[in-house]
Amino acid sequence: MATRRRVAREFQAPPLTRADVEALSARYSEPAWLREARLTAWDIYEALPMPTTNDEAWRRTDYRHINWDSAGVLRAPNGGRVEDIPADNRRPLLGGEQGGMIAFVDDKLVHHEASAALARQGVIFTDLRSAAREHADLVRQHLMTHAVTPQLGKFAALNAALWTHGVFLYVPRGQAVTLPAHSIFYASRPAAMLGHLLVVLEEGASIDYLHENLSPTMPSDASFIGATELIVGDKATLRFVNLQDWGRSMFEFSTQRARVGHDGQLDWITGQMGGKLVKAFMEIDLDGRGSWGRMSALYFPDGQQFMDLDTQQNHNAPHTTSDLLFKGVLKDHSRAVWQGMIKALPGAQKTDGFQANRTMIMSDHARVDSIPGLEIQADDVRCTHASATGQVEEEVLFYLMSRGLPRLEAEKLVVDGFFVPVLDRIPFENVRERMMAYVERKLLGEV
Amino acid sequence: MGAALEIRNLHVTVEDQPILKGVNLIVRQGEIHALMGPNGSGKSTLSNTIMGHPAYEVTAGQIIFDGVDILEMEPDERSRRGLFMAFQYPVAIPGVTVANFLRNALNARRRMTNPEDKGIPIPAFRKLMIEKMDMLRMDHEFAGRYLNDGFSGGEKKRAEILQMAVLEPQIAIMDETDSGLDIDALRVVSEGVTTLYGPNLGVLVITHYQRILNYIKPQFVHIMMDGQIVESGGPELALHLEEQGYDWLREKQNGSGK
Ligand SMILES: Nc1ncnc2c1ncn2[C@@H]1O[C@H](COP(=O)(O)OP(=O)(O)OP(=O)(O)O)[C@@H](O)[C@H]1O
Ligand SMILES: [Mg+2]
Repeated sequence: MATRRRVAREFQAPPLTRADVEALSARYSEPAWLREARLTAWDIYEALPMPTTNDEAWRRTDYRHINWDSAGVLRAPNGGRVEDIPADNRRPLLGGEQGGMIAFVDDKLVHHEASAALARQGVIFTDLRSAAREHADLVRQHLMTHAVTPQLGKFAALNAALWTHGVFLYVPRGQAVTLPAHSIFYASRPAAMLGHLLVVLEEGASIDYLHENLSPTMPSDASFIGATELIVGDKATLRFVNLQDWGRSMFEFSTQRARVGHDGQLDWITGQMGGKLVKAFMEIDLDGRGSWGRMSALYFPDGQQFMDLDTQQNHNAPHTTSDLLFKGVLKDHSRAVWQGMIKALPGAQKTDGFQANRTMIMSDHARVDSIPGLEIQADDVRCTHASATGQVEEEVLFYLMSRGLPRLEAEKLVVDGFFVPVLDRIPFENVRERMMAYVERKLLGEV
Repeated sequence: MGAALEIRNLHVTVEDQPILKGVNLIVRQGEIHALMGPNGSGKSTLSNTIMGHPAYEVTAGQIIFDGVDILEMEPDERSRRGLFMAFQYPVAIPGVTVANFLRNALNARRRMTNPEDKGIPIPAFRKLMIEKMDMLRMDHEFAGRYLNDGFSGGEKKRAEILQMAVLEPQIAIMDETDSGLDIDALRVVSEGVTTLYGPNLGVLVITHYQRILNYIKPQFVHIMMDGQIVESGGPELALHLEEQGYDWLREKQNGSGK
């Protein structure tokens, strides 16, 4: 067979147009303000170039192999059903209980339940399209206005213009919600999916929220161009867990940003397991005095997977504390990149910022790049970082094996132990167990 | 007669350096042996090689356990067959609790005899742990701590013997378990070993000091120098060493033309 050298390709944009924005907005009979917001975002999108490996934030992330012919098209909703989603992911979070669950198959809402208890507290937990109609003032105030804005980047602008589905979670002032909320985006076919999460906690409110992204592996490329906005009011407390288990045909480009008011607390945990290529920007802005933000991740690429997690901890006010702990295990030919920046604005005195990325490499062919960064403009701060990359040491495996554990079980114990500090931050036991089981299947090469 | 560990003419190299140069030794179930010898003479090399550490290359000789040559076996299989080594330098495993680890290790053993085994029931396991921890006068919270992570030197050594007590080997090698133990801990640990000792357990105690041998009384004492066992005898040999040091042996070696 004759082989032909492949031409070096360009960084191409998906084949989407302004007409797609108009059609989408019309299909859902959106209010005028939303249509306008989408079109404005589209203009911003068009004005921005596609990111390339010449851009600092994208230097290590080459997505030129994406096939936009399948991954870049919007497809009308089909007959997705909630049963398409694996049962394990649909299980209630706390034994038999949860406050509510929303599930989408592609951009079709297939499940929506919210307990009476939530409603009594005035909590809104609904799909973003309905919310834009029924709670227009709230959504309009927060949607892509001060957390993820279209200006943040090409893919953020694209999501703002063309988000296809989303979740709106709103907790009113002073309401402490004990039952967690749970949502799922399940992608069933190769297409472009633009999911959006908008979470707003008013002053003194608190809730735990789990969102999951997943899909099977598909015959051709798919994309998820996501945006997550977490708005944590003064003295509010949000625990947000975000798990990702895309199939191996998925390209994720997501922009996630949180804003935390004074004395607010955000505990943000992410688990990154699947996907072909993941580029996720995760940013916390500690806007209010005394606010606290913690970002934790466990990631475990294998095969040819590529994950690039780009974090930013912005100390915009005095007496703010941020803490980042990322833990990754890499197998086979996988690659991971973490770049983390801690910023402290001039007035942000007495801030305390920490970041650590720790990785364990289980193959000679896997590679991780850890790039910490500090940009400190205040003088009375304590900002530190640490990162360490190691292998599963033979000495450790020998010790465990000398007690009768076969090599794979020994490796699993070591990896579990490595992930435990992050796993322990997930407030749902059955989700922790699910993650552990998943890690085991990854080690055995069963996923 | 019970199982025996037989070392025959064992030669071992580490990074192409010959370390063991023809070691012969037999330890049977029901026997206690002491192995002494100067620093760097190869005692830990011997115990690591018996357990199958990948850094140690056997260039000649055999290790027979219970009638089977185990040299080609992975460490886990050697362990499941009934060999145990208490490490001179136990390794820390952050995030893995003592209890979780030991339950996994026990279950791996059970699966060897019955692949369908569902694992030891939690209540039975808890009972076993408590019994063994009490025997070694260990605080019960120990079970929930991460294995060797932040343990004091003495705690590590105790944890090694706890593992031995739970796993019930046929032949146990204790590589300088006495070092790092205070006087009380030495007594507790030694009494623990004495309790475990019986016709079904053979022990090889590696030590520099007579002290531990006052509790765990060996029937046989061997002295290793420069990768060989140069002298074997009864318990009096250890006492003799304590008084005389190794010089007389070195002289004897030189005198014999080595
Ligand atoms: N893993 C290893 N890598 C390199 N050299 C080793 C290794 N293990 C043992 N050696 C070398 O082999 C020799 C014997 O070491 P070994 O640990 O067996 O002695 P030992 O008798 O146990 O000493 P000690 O009484 O100090 O514990 C030493 O020279 C040591 O440096
Ligand atoms: Mg030694």
